Amino acid sequence: MAADPAHMNGADPQRLRWKYLDKILSRPGPFTDPDWEPGEAVIEGLSRAKIFGAGGLGCEILKNLALSGFKDIHVIDMDTIDVSNLNRQFLFRHADVGKYKADVAARFVEKRVKGVKITPYCGKIQDKDDDYYMQFAMVVCGLDSIEARRWINATLVGLFNEEDPDSLKPLIDGGTEGFKGQARVVFPTMTSCIECQLDMHAPRAAVPLCTLATIPRQPQHCIEWAHIIAWEEERKDITLDTDDPEHITWLFQKALKRAQEFNISGVTYSMTQGVVKNIIPAIASTNAIVAASCCNEAFKLATNSNPFLGIPETDNYMMYTGDESVYTYTFQHMKKPDCPVCGNLAKNLEVDSKSTLQEFIDSLAERPEAQLKKPTIRTEAKSLYYQSPPALEEQTRPNLSKTLSELVSDGEEVAIQDPAFQIAFKFKLVFKK
Amino acid sequence: MTGTTPPILHGPTSKEKKYDRQLRLWAASGQAALEESHILLINSGPGVVGVETLKNLVLPGIGNFTILDSTIVSEEDLGVNFFLEEEQLGGFRAEHTCNLLKELNPDVQGSYITEPIESFILKADALKPYTLILVTAPIAQELLSKLSANAETAAIPTFYIHCTGFYSHFSIHLPPAFPIVDTHPDPETTTDLRLLAPWPELSQYTAEKTKGLTEMNHHDHGHVPYLCLLLYYLEEWKKTHDGKVPQNYKEKTAFRQTVAQGARSDNAEGGEENYDEAVAAVLKSLNPAEVKSSVKEVFNAPECKLLTADSPDFWLIANAIWTFYVAHDALPLPGSVPDMKAQSADYVQLQNVYKSKARSDLAEVLQRVRELEKKLGRTKAAEEKEVELFCKNAAHIKLVRGRPFHVVQSGKGVKWEDRAKAAVQGLTNPDSLILIYIAFLAFDIFTSTHSADALGGAAKIPGEIDAEADTEKVTGIAFKIIDDLIKEAGTVVEDPDYSEAKSKAGEFVQEIVRAGGAELHNIAALTGGLVSQEVIKAITKQYVPVDNTCIFDGVRSKTSVLRF
Repeated sequence: MAADPAHMNGADPQRLRWKYLDKILSRPGPFTDPDWEPGEAVIEGLSRAKIFGAGGLGCEILKNLALSGFKDIHVIDMDTIDVSNLNRQFLFRHADVGKYKADVAARFVEKRVKGVKITPYCGKIQDKDDDYYMQFAMVVCGLDSIEARRWINATLVGLFNEEDPDSLKPLIDGGTEGFKGQARVVFPTMTSCIECQLDMHAPRAAVPLCTLATIPRQPQHCIEWAHIIAWEEERKDITLDTDDPEHITWLFQKALKRAQEFNISGVTYSMTQGVVKNIIPAIASTNAIVAASCCNEAFKLATNSNPFLGIPETDNYMMYTGDESVYTYTFQHMKKPDCPVCGNLAKNLEVDSKSTLQEFIDSLAERPEAQLKKPTIRTEAKSLYYQSPPALEEQTRPNLSKTLSELVSDGEEVAIQDPAFQIAFKFKLVFKK
Repeated sequence: MTGTTPPILHGPTSKEKKYDRQLRLWAASGQAALEESHILLINSGPGVVGVETLKNLVLPGIGNFTILDSTIVSEEDLGVNFFLEEEQLGGFRAEHTCNLLKELNPDVQGSYITEPIESFILKADALKPYTLILVTAPIAQELLSKLSANAETAAIPTFYIHCTGFYSHFSIHLPPAFPIVDTHPDPETTTDLRLLAPWPELSQYTAEKTKGLTEMNHHDHGHVPYLCLLLYYLEEWKKTHDGKVPQNYKEKTAFRQTVAQGARSDNAEGGEENYDEAVAAVLKSLNPAEVKSSVKEVFNAPECKLLTADSPDFWLIANAIWTFYVAHDALPLPGSVPDMKAQSADYVQLQNVYKSKARSDLAEVLQRVRELEKKLGRTKAAEEKEVELFCKNAAHIKLVRGRPFHVVQSGKGVKWEDRAKAAVQGLTNPDSLILIYIAFLAFDIFTSTHSADALGGAAKIPGEIDAEADTEKVTGIAFKIIDDLIKEAGTVVEDPDYSEAKSKAGEFVQEIVRAGGAELHNIAALTGGLVSQEVIKAITKQYVPVDNTCIFDGVRSKTSVLRF
């Protein structure tokens, strides 16, 4: 039997506090590697591991990591606390509304769990460079936007250098929507990455502009009309602030009036807010489940106290659904050889050779496999369209009205860049037959 | 169109702002149910899973909670429980966890009881104030048995929760009849258009909108609602098919081809969206309406057939809907129409055709309800809005038959009864986590038959001191449970399946004993998330709860739901 941690750390009364954790870390289990040596080295390794967390699941993640024995935690969050966060983000109180989330959360957890150091940064994850991310043993994210996820994923893939094993930074990602969620582990370049899995999170199809403008049928159409068309026409000089109740009220009343004109019922203030801010339902229980699953994987990864998700050739993805009983599906998502981020082959993109470059650019935002909003496109030989600088934009603008068949040949490779990401995505444009 | 006065703005209240993200799921009715509830947590062991569960209930605003726990805060609590602080060492754990939980939401009332469970449970009506009870292991099984029986008498839903090392499990004991009307089915599965049995108003609407279809100008032709297109081409089809709609996959594919050929491509867009929608809808919209077996189960329940003056409203309405179904060979129409390419006015008119039919179905069901009330001499009438909700969700209602969870009695063994056969199948199913459940049952038998000292005081937790010796004992208990189960099912499990099941059970036991009764914070937090979610379902009577046991494997990150 392994040494009893109570004796092992007899000189350290603080260690008594970790009695439960140390039980697991001081004993081998039936699924631990035969070469795994439980005990002091594992416990020390855990407290030395620098770990990074971010995102809407931040409260849960910080609490869980601190009580998993991590001692050096860094957190980034650009948001300030809103009253609608209080139903699940449990480190915040009414008096904290308006303050930076990262600051308040870090201070709270440091005070509650003695001995843990939490370093907050109030800003965007994109503010930090490769050197910053290089310092961590792993990254745990509960980000709420796909864009931020793709950015951190591409950054960690770019960081990996075969010569330097320390440059491999496992990414543990969690996300929730209502009663549903997922937890996944990525070993950059070794296993399926966030970009490989992009089509599992397809954006909602946008309503065609002509429906909004001429034939609305749903209350949401009236709200989108107020949001996209009426505001532009009547309050062009005021920047729409979706957190300003006056602005939402204006949109609500516009939408309501339009709905009445078309005999459409169902426009409410709450729906207006939901459509305009693209609100996704969020509850404490799902956040707890998904964040804890991520931190459980982080703990196993840092200690080897049991097998974790993401070991190559094994499961790396847990899908969770809780509205009808409890259902999870844990599986291995396969790495895509033509992944624009971690693969080395260009991804096939089927296009209509008769559509214009402008139409193609518009479609990139919605295509589940691309989801690029401000693409700059070039082939090996020429620049097709540049979003910026203005001089290049002007120069390439005439291409927008040309058809794809005029600009590229069937199967030609193009590189697409988007200001939201550091890397160029490689696609092969294949003409629809 | 109403006058030019802008409508009075009902901006959100402060409560609506705070709870916005959850009200979008369970609405004001669910929230009201939560706010009227009072949850009792009977806490023991490291006690983290219970507190984490309460955290996720205090945040969304349950009305009231009470923690019963006589444990004193010790050093090891501080390394695993987030709702305790250093200054509270030596104080009552119930008091301090209660206070720190209350900080999360000023709208929630919390209290604590430090009396030992042994004496608490003896008091008459001890459980009466509570809406729902959470019990965490380890607990002496004779106390659990008493608690379970008292809760059953008082019809209070009770949860029994284990959380040890990387594994957890919880079982829910709901009342014997727990019906859910508002199951929130996936909107994709709820569209009910009745294209195979259009009623006169729908046929008339279709005739109007498809009149002169082939001669229409491009604009009108491209805006005929797809639903009308399908009905139009169905009529055409019937003319050449003995008056029958497409019967099988082959005919449906042929019919789909017919619809597709009706689309115009010589217009500016080079195609028609409404036709695309029609083509895409053929296979899923031309199936005869079948009533799900879970709904039939409600209709066939004795409570539905044998109404009394005191039957809950649910059964009264279920009976009315059942007789409606028998009379019309269809459930009441829910009345919603999916969005589709159409002119605004045509679409609104179509919505009204469905809504009027839904309203007239509702009126008939309501009349049946009132007749039943009169016949049974009931004094209180069922609320119309309840009948309306039932009609809307009739195809998706659900009945859960709650039953007591396993309480292991020393010397009596575990009884599986009608679930024995299914349980034996689980032994050899790699996706079932039943062997982890059996390992937990063995854990309970061990604690109820071993005490920490020779004086017969506190229970001994397997692995607390000597993991190897305890693993051997608990494994022996688990093997006996497996053998007894197979015997009870009256079957045999052949080798190698039998040996494999046993060797797996041995591994699960070893992993549980390794923890020596320790809770890992992550596993407690995750399980607390699952349990709180199920508590919310049980209280709001919305969504579909676990029936009745859920197991989590934190080594492989898998769950499994089993019924025992």
